[in-house]
Amino acid sequence: MAHQDNISYKELILNGIVKENTIFKLALSLCPAIAVTSSLRNGFLMGVAVMFVQVMVNMTISLMRSFIHPRIRLPIFMLVISGWVTITDMSMAAFAPDAYKQMGLYIQLIVAFASILARAEMFASKNNIMPSMFDGLGMGIGFMFALTVISFFRELLGKGALWGVSILNAKPLLIMVLPAGGFFAVGILMALFNWINSLYSSTTTSHH
Amino acid sequence: METVKTPQKLLVTVSPHIKSEETTARIMWSVNLALLPATLMGVYFFGPLAALTVALSIVSAVIFEYLYQRALKKPIATNDGSAFLTGLLLGLNLPPVVPFYIPIIGSFVAVVITKQLFGGLGYNVFNPALIGRAFLLISFPKLMTVWKEPTAAFVQIDAKTTATPLGILKEEGLGKLIEVFGDTANLYTQLFVGHRAGSIGETSAIAILIGAAFLIYRGYISWHIPVSFLGSAAIIAWIFGAKGALFAGDPIIHLISGGMLIGAFFMATDYVTCPAVKTGQLIFGAGCGILTMIIRLKGGYPEGVMFAILIMNCFAPLIDRGFKTRVFGQLKAVKK
Repeated sequence: MAHQDNISYKELILNGIVKENTIFKLALSLCPAIAVTSSLRNGFLMGVAVMFVQVMVNMTISLMRSFIHPRIRLPIFMLVISGWVTITDMSMAAFAPDAYKQMGLYIQLIVAFASILARAEMFASKNNIMPSMFDGLGMGIGFMFALTVISFFRELLGKGALWGVSILNAKPLLIMVLPAGGFFAVGILMALFNWINSLYSSTTTSHH
Repeated sequence: METVKTPQKLLVTVSPHIKSEETTARIMWSVNLALLPATLMGVYFFGPLAALTVALSIVSAVIFEYLYQRALKKPIATNDGSAFLTGLLLGLNLPPVVPFYIPIIGSFVAVVITKQLFGGLGYNVFNPALIGRAFLLISFPKLMTVWKEPTAAFVQIDAKTTATPLGILKEEGLGKLIEVFGDTANLYTQLFVGHRAGSIGETSAIAILIGAAFLIYRGYISWHIPVSFLGSAAIIAWIFGAKGALFAGDPIIHLISGGMLIGAFFMATDYVTCPAVKTGQLIFGAGCGILTMIIRLKGGYPEGVMFAILIMNCFAPLIDRGFKTRVFGQLKAVKK
């Protein structure tokens, strides 16, 4: 509870994007980061879906936290998560059927994302609704950012296209759209993210 | 580097007191030397462009090694010949005529991603040159399967492309292959000398065998992996090689075509990525041979040596665990 007094909403959002970025920092939920990022559209939509689920789950858990018995909290969290995932799943099937055909399975797999359960357990169940919402928003944006960047490079290098539109007239590195290329892309971008981050944080700490 | 030439003080060391002259650099440069005949034959048959491809591959591999070690402030070890060897092996496994960026990208993947990011020499899980080639083959499937027809005439720059013997064997069968080369005896001779389409350094069986004999004579590689690799491949080729009939295949064609020999003697025997125990090496070689033949006979690619070795590289630590030798002087663990 002491959390919410000294951390601003801005810091909560930045925490999710930079300091505890799900993909690049915590290395959680790597399965969808490789499976759905072969095209920018799928990567982005997956990010949006996860962000929505994360925000709604955080808010719901935060609202319910005073009457969830600690011993059965994990099953309750799972029920809440699966509820929101079902809503996302059905909405996507209704409003974006093309994308849903390709990534429907991974949308349903959001239920099992470690990152969502972790935020519910570590943050939402201990904090008020507004901080929980911003925490979920930050984590969600961080996840969406990671997936968008990964899928941007994979689609550009592997298919010479972006958002399905061919722009390079060539396929510079075909391997990038294959599963192996997914591992390469995630690994290299993760190293790059942490390297830039370490440069930035070492300069800021020297000021203190 | 650390050999003391003129001992000025009394040296007190623990046993063993007889020290081997062998160093990593010495072994690596010997392997490079052993690949010289194959390189020369490749250049002889495929011309100056092939030499350029190999050179570019070596130079870029050494430069990437240097840059990486410099950037991460590690000791610069480009003199130990391992980056040179990676570059050479990659170059020898490329088609003779490729755009200039192909060997450079391959060297980057081989040296930086496969070797250095895993911790440098001695820590890589996979054979760097083979990962480099696999990356190229998957990324540029068209460029990596343009096979120049071999010409002994050095001046001819015009490249005529043709299919590799394994490609013909896969697409059109043994009859067509013998037809292309005239008769069976001529086919064997041409394959043995290396007068056929293929990667730069893999074509000449005799040149590879000379280099391999040198390595075995010097004791740098043992017979275990090559024998079990080639043996298992030959047995499978003999049993399942012919269409429609068992025990009618031609093992010799399979052994001296494709990358079988260079793979068995120079790639699979890489110290870092093969099992250390002799029994394990037999299993490792047999696995490579069987997988190669499965890919050649049933898979989508005409050649399977590269993928077979890479797949078995994954199993090397597991094989080592399974065939661990007992350390002398230790008691057996008491089972409870």
